[in-house]
Amino acid sequence: MNAPVAATAALERPVALSIEHVAVHFGGLVAISDLHFTVGEGELVSLIGPNGAGKTTAFNVITGFLRPTKGKVVYRGTPLTGLKPHEVTKLGLVRTFQRTSVFDSCTVFENVLMGLHRRVHIGLVATILALPSSTRAEAELREQAWDILRLVGIEHRASELGGSLPYGEQRLLGVALALATNPSALLLDEPVSGMNPTETGNFVRLLAKIRERGTTILLVEHDMPMVMGISDRVVVLNNGRLIAEGPPSVVQNDPEVIRAYLGQGAKSA
Amino acid sequence: MTRLTPIIVLLFFASVPWWLTDQYLLHTLITTGIFILAAMSLNLLLGYTGQLSLGHVAFFGIGAYTSALTALGFDVELFGLFRVVHEPWPPVLGLLFGTLVAALCGFVIGKLSFRVRGAYFVIVTISFAEVTRLVSLNWVELTQGPLALPGIPPLTIGFPGLGYMTLWEKTENYYVVLAFIVLAYILIKRLVNSRFGRAMIALKGNESLATSVGIDVTRYLVIAAIVSAGMAGCAGALYAHYIQIIDPMIFMFLNTVTMVIMVITGGKGTLAGPLVGGLIFGLAPVVLRSYVGPEIQWILYGLLMIVVVFVLPQGIVPAIEQWFNRTKAEPLREPSVAGKGERA
Ligand SMILES: Nc1ncnc2c1ncn2[C@@H]1O[C@H](COP(=O)(O)OP(=O)(O)OP(=O)(O)O)[C@@H](O)[C@H]1O
Ligand SMILES: [Mg+2]
Repeated sequence: MNAPVAATAALERPVALSIEHVAVHFGGLVAISDLHFTVGEGELVSLIGPNGAGKTTAFNVITGFLRPTKGKVVYRGTPLTGLKPHEVTKLGLVRTFQRTSVFDSCTVFENVLMGLHRRVHIGLVATILALPSSTRAEAELREQAWDILRLVGIEHRASELGGSLPYGEQRLLGVALALATNPSALLLDEPVSGMNPTETGNFVRLLAKIRERGTTILLVEHDMPMVMGISDRVVVLNNGRLIAEGPPSVVQNDPEVIRAYLGQGAKSA
Repeated sequence: MTRLTPIIVLLFFASVPWWLTDQYLLHTLITTGIFILAAMSLNLLLGYTGQLSLGHVAFFGIGAYTSALTALGFDVELFGLFRVVHEPWPPVLGLLFGTLVAALCGFVIGKLSFRVRGAYFVIVTISFAEVTRLVSLNWVELTQGPLALPGIPPLTIGFPGLGYMTLWEKTENYYVVLAFIVLAYILIKRLVNSRFGRAMIALKGNESLATSVGIDVTRYLVIAAIVSAGMAGCAGALYAHYIQIIDPMIFMFLNTVTMVIMVITGGKGTLAGPLVGGLIFGLAPVVLRSYVGPEIQWILYGLLMIVVVFVLPQGIVPAIEQWFNRTKAEPLREPSVAGKGERA
């Protein structure tokens, strides 16, 4: 495999996230076998592959929604084995969902407030007594919520219900929720699927802004022009196996990748 | 709905003892108020976290017995080994202990059952209520079993220096219950509009997303269970000192069902829901009784419930809110509205 490429990447940046020989079996089905790769601090790595390759399963393992059958995941030196999703989030590693996932019956503003859950701590007693400290903290949360809505560009939707937004904006709200947790690494599962080209363009600009903050990004996406345009490195999965890893220019021309994925993917993209 | 609505409603209920001459109706209002308090506590769990406690009466009964026994004193032998003797304490301390012991039970039940949720929680709470009923029935030395605990002293309230008052009269009890409802309302309102309430609403709405943004779902369920159980215990203690006699019948399933009916018909997950549903279904039996016989009374009660649930499946309060929002929808804009995205 492409060990030399991985080695150079590791030399350039300290490793943030490492997936170490992870395997996931669902009964007899092997969804992932021996997946091994790293993501550097501040790096944007894309995880691509045909439908059913195991990309979402990999996300589920990394973020604590699934226990791997074998192997482990380490984030910034902390093994994530056995951690629950909210504990993984506490470490700064946050994901979005492939199937649009927002709090449908809450307003967009409330959605973001929910995402800000971990940002400001207010005690139970202070809340019940409405102490000035809690009122101040709540006001601060609201400021932060507006900042995030503006960053993502859906501030005009603040008072609408999450479930009533057009599809593209629901996807953005999903990203806003993840951003609200102030992640140091963001895992995006097909964020632009179903977006039109203008929306996709805006999203690429948003990603650039997020990267400016030094946020590490692991991206799952079928939009090949976008993936090849913005990734530092690309990791290719097929049938649960890693079949290639390297900079976009290298991966794009890898015969095995073309045969397994790009041959069909390029057509649809 | 305007901001003034709760104030106007409160003023109206504060005026009731001034013009209501029917003492039986006043008594019904007091017991209904106590059940409304219990229904409000149930609503915190059922309406905001989506967890159905079908043994909620256990917390109510535990609050009642704890408070009664604290005020009456007891003398029991534990495991045939040693004796525990407790001298009578002021009823107000009973109210406090009743609340705390019930809250502690809420904590234990929450810890036990919230790792696996949904149906499991329903079963655990039902079983817990049955166990508490059997204990109250069979631990005769402590509770006098089916013979009931009579002579529970009424509450004495007051502040050092300001003077004290013992609640012998119905009017006094009415105002105390009203005050507790107001306090509970404010407490729940602050809670659900805070980070805690948002965590509860989030875990009910979309649990994977909630955990993904860092909400420790179990922790917030347990917090809700503690507050809810404590509030139910407080209601039970008020009941014990008002009625002045309690027996194991307090744990009957029908009492839980009454609370659930109050919450569902009024509108679960709304602040005013248990108040509206509670008033209707707390007063209905009495109002019906003055017109029809007991059999017809319960048939009409059942029909009323079915009609409300079928016509307004979300409950009465959400239906009224929707109607109000339709009549005056007001679009919100960013700069002037920082905060208007919040839950009314
Ligand atoms: N919970 C589960 N139980 C059983 N099988 C599962 C489960 N989750 C995923 N799988 C299977 O694991 C394989 C990998 O699925 P996964 O969702 O990870 O694919 P993916 O790469 O994200 O595909 P797509 O591009 O369509 O999103 C598929 O064969 C899928 O059916
Ligand atoms: Mg997927």
